[in-house]
Amino acid sequence: MAPNTRTILICSGKGGVGKTTLTANLGIALAKQGVRTVVLDADFGLRNLDLLLGLENRIVYTAQEVLEESCRLEQALVKHKQEPNLALLPAGNPRMLEWLKPDDMQRIVEMLREIFEYVLIDCPAGVEDGFKNAVSATKEAIVITTPEVSAVRDADRVIGLLNTQGIKPIQLVLNRVRPKMIASQEMLAVDDVTDILALPLLGLVLEDEQVIVSTNRGEPLTLSGSNSPAARCYSNIARRLQGENIPLIDPAKEEQGLRAKVRRLMQTKIF
Amino acid sequence: MTLRDILNKLLGRQQASATTARERLQLVLAHDRSDLSPELLDQMRKEILEVVTKYVEIDMEEGAVSLETEDRMTALVANLPIKRSKLTTEKA
Repeated sequence: MAPNTRTILICSGKGGVGKTTLTANLGIALAKQGVRTVVLDADFGLRNLDLLLGLENRIVYTAQEVLEESCRLEQALVKHKQEPNLALLPAGNPRMLEWLKPDDMQRIVEMLREIFEYVLIDCPAGVEDGFKNAVSATKEAIVITTPEVSAVRDADRVIGLLNTQGIKPIQLVLNRVRPKMIASQEMLAVDDVTDILALPLLGLVLEDEQVIVSTNRGEPLTLSGSNSPAARCYSNIARRLQGENIPLIDPAKEEQGLRAKVRRLMQTKIF
Repeated sequence: MTLRDILNKLLGRQQASATTARERLQLVLAHDRSDLSPELLDQMRKEILEVVTKYVEIDMEEGAVSLETEDRMTALVANLPIKRSKLTTEKA
């Protein structure tokens, strides 16, 4: 029994902004800290969390079979090979759509809360039924977005819905930050996004090609202890979740040299 | 407005795209959050002006009714410069 279990929904509204990658990396990073963590793939129509964790060949059962009592929860949980503190539970089978209701989601999360200290729910994109199911089972949320107008707009919509459901706290992760583009003012700055969305920033993730390499392999960046920019960002986010006081990376400081200095000067707000 | 924005203006160049993104987002989110379409806002603006012009003469050119947001709070802001009060002119 884990009495202080944290249940956190990872959502974005828009697809392709990095929900699943964040879930996988946070799951591994927390497990590495010795915290019993489960990642629940609530996107059972288009599930991908198994693939990012390299567990795609090991899924036998899903939450669906657990709820139908055709298997035990322990049988459906897929333990990670290298990080035994991490388990994956797919909500359902892509072939069996439309079965899951908020009630089912709440029951399965309640069961997971008995065993784990962290329940991370990977939310489906959109704001329809899949999103509503996932929201019904959570207490906290992390909204992830990128510094692009469409992603920020969708994040705003999601934050509005989370607020009406009384989800608290809601924290922001800003993904795919490119310091160079921010410096030349061709990308929304971190402050722009936090001002617009009015959420506390849990962390930012720098744009990093290694993310693609790691998904190719099915080994999240946080698994290997890589020192790539995104790997550092993900593990910082995990440590902040655990209450550590880790300062945010300043994108401007990622850039050195005279050109960067001039670019920074040009960013000075006059009025 | 940043130093770059000023420089761009002086050189007649387009403003930095991040500035454009910020402005566009603020506008679209004000509408999204209030669930008001531009058409509905325009209709409301007309009706508000109708009511106000009953009492005071306003500068129709300068007048603006818009949505502004800060910290997830949306406000309907009407800026209606008054030329003169109708009541006082009638008395005079």
